[in-house]
Amino acid sequence: MIEVDNITKSYGTTRALTGASFRISKGEIVGFLGPNGAGKSTTMKILTCYIPADSGRATVAGHDVFTDSLEVRRRIGYLPENTPLYMEMLVVDFLRFVGGMRGLKGARLKKRVGDVIGLTGLEGAVGKYIGELSKGYRQRVGLAQALIHEPDILVLDEPTSGLDPNQIKDIRDLIREIGREKTVILSTHILPEVTATCDRAIIISDGRVVASGTPQELTSRGRGEQHVTASVRGPRPDVEAKLRKLAGVQEVSVLDVQDGVVRLELRGAKGDGLSERVYEAVSSNQWGLVELRRERATLEQVFTDLTT
Amino acid sequence: MANIYRIFKKEVGGYMNSASAYVFLIVFLALGATLFFTQGGFFLNRQASMGGFFVFVPWLFLFFVPAIAMRIWAEEKKAGTEELLMTMPVRDYEVVMGKYLAALLLLVVALLLTFPLPLTVRHFADPKTPVDWGPVAGGYTASILFGAMVLAIGTWSSSLTRNQIIAFILGCAITFVTIVLGFPAVYEVLPFGQFLASLSPWTRYVSMYSGAISLADVVYYLSAVALFLYLNIRTVESRKWM
Repeated sequence: MIEVDNITKSYGTTRALTGASFRISKGEIVGFLGPNGAGKSTTMKILTCYIPADSGRATVAGHDVFTDSLEVRRRIGYLPENTPLYMEMLVVDFLRFVGGMRGLKGARLKKRVGDVIGLTGLEGAVGKYIGELSKGYRQRVGLAQALIHEPDILVLDEPTSGLDPNQIKDIRDLIREIGREKTVILSTHILPEVTATCDRAIIISDGRVVASGTPQELTSRGRGEQHVTASVRGPRPDVEAKLRKLAGVQEVSVLDVQDGVVRLELRGAKGDGLSERVYEAVSSNQWGLVELRRERATLEQVFTDLTT
Repeated sequence: MANIYRIFKKEVGGYMNSASAYVFLIVFLALGATLFFTQGGFFLNRQASMGGFFVFVPWLFLFFVPAIAMRIWAEEKKAGTEELLMTMPVRDYEVVMGKYLAALLLLVVALLLTFPLPLTVRHFADPKTPVDWGPVAGGYTASILFGAMVLAIGTWSSSLTRNQIIAFILGCAITFVTIVLGFPAVYEVLPFGQFLASLSPWTRYVSMYSGAISLADVVYYLSAVALFLYLNIRTVESRKWM
């Protein structure tokens, strides 16, 4: 559906994209993940034909974004960063305007305006000026205008930024709902968003794609060294010394001691079985095991590893 | 074509919804009438003529037209809505034309609303002499053409910046320079003075509102509008070169 080959883009002397390549298939919900300034928005602006790339090639549904820009724009619904909207327009007038610009007219336009109002839950806001609406409602207007012409592809630049947790949940639910039929690309620097809504994440850093895969694939990539936290009821020097001697342990640090419970963090070499050995050591010494947890690599760690 | 109309309709709706368009109309009409009756020598000359109004129109337009035009692009850039608009399946020139024509409509409405002035003139004129409407028609034609040129300069200025104040000052400055190039005191001291003077709308405006409309003058104004609209389109496009 979307093919991007080695695109670069500079703003003056700032290099925003330094050769990004990726593919997105039909029906996928893909999250662009990356720190601020990594090139997420630039990539989206290029895909939506707002600005061209300096070099490289990008096609959407087989149409080149530069030479066949109108065809590409017809197939995409776009919500730019910070949801720019015409504040002085009524919601319904705005949706009619966008629908008209998207080639809808007459009964079809009327039906689609009604459809997107229903889909995004804007029934109570249609007669209001966009400038009067809360941030959450503006976001819905932004989504509604992106959906009005039933595009195959939806490009959403930070669709949940600045919203409260309830609004975030609503918007995510909506995106998942839309994503059943459409190809969706969204950008975010909020990691749980990717796990919550996306089939696949593309991690962008310094203008390049540094990793791509399902959230599970990405977290398993980060897993390697073992990482265990344990809270043990027992004398601190003994506990620390015994655990340090266990096979495969490279590093032990005591996090705190409270009411005779020692909380420790253990790091070990690649492999398995560190938590079992901790359990055996604790029980053979007749200490009490209050808590034992094997830490999983989170998307946060993978993200930090890849982007710093 | 349909897209030009859609943009036009949206912009006109914006004018009807915004206080600034009404303020513009009221202040323009009030100031125009005041200048006509106090400074234009209407009563003093004892002549039933609109000349005392049309002589001020360029100076009114010098400030009023860039004031209408300043928001046309700068506001879109500042609010980020330019990105929304230009990622719709629309050609750059369609947006430029739609926006320009909507502002031009506001300008024409402002001029049409000065109709009480010629009626007043008619009222004071000797009822037995037939009225020569030629200079009045010439004056309105000249005003619309001159306004259309300043508006094209103003919208282009607006497309150069995201700051409306800068757009306004730039629009005024360019217009002012083109006007004064037509003043003998200016063009006589400049190299290629005669050539530069021929680029100025001033002398053409003066001869037109006196009632002498020539095809060359009309072509001049339409070419100037076309030039600045072309520059406007190129400027909107320029986001793609940088």
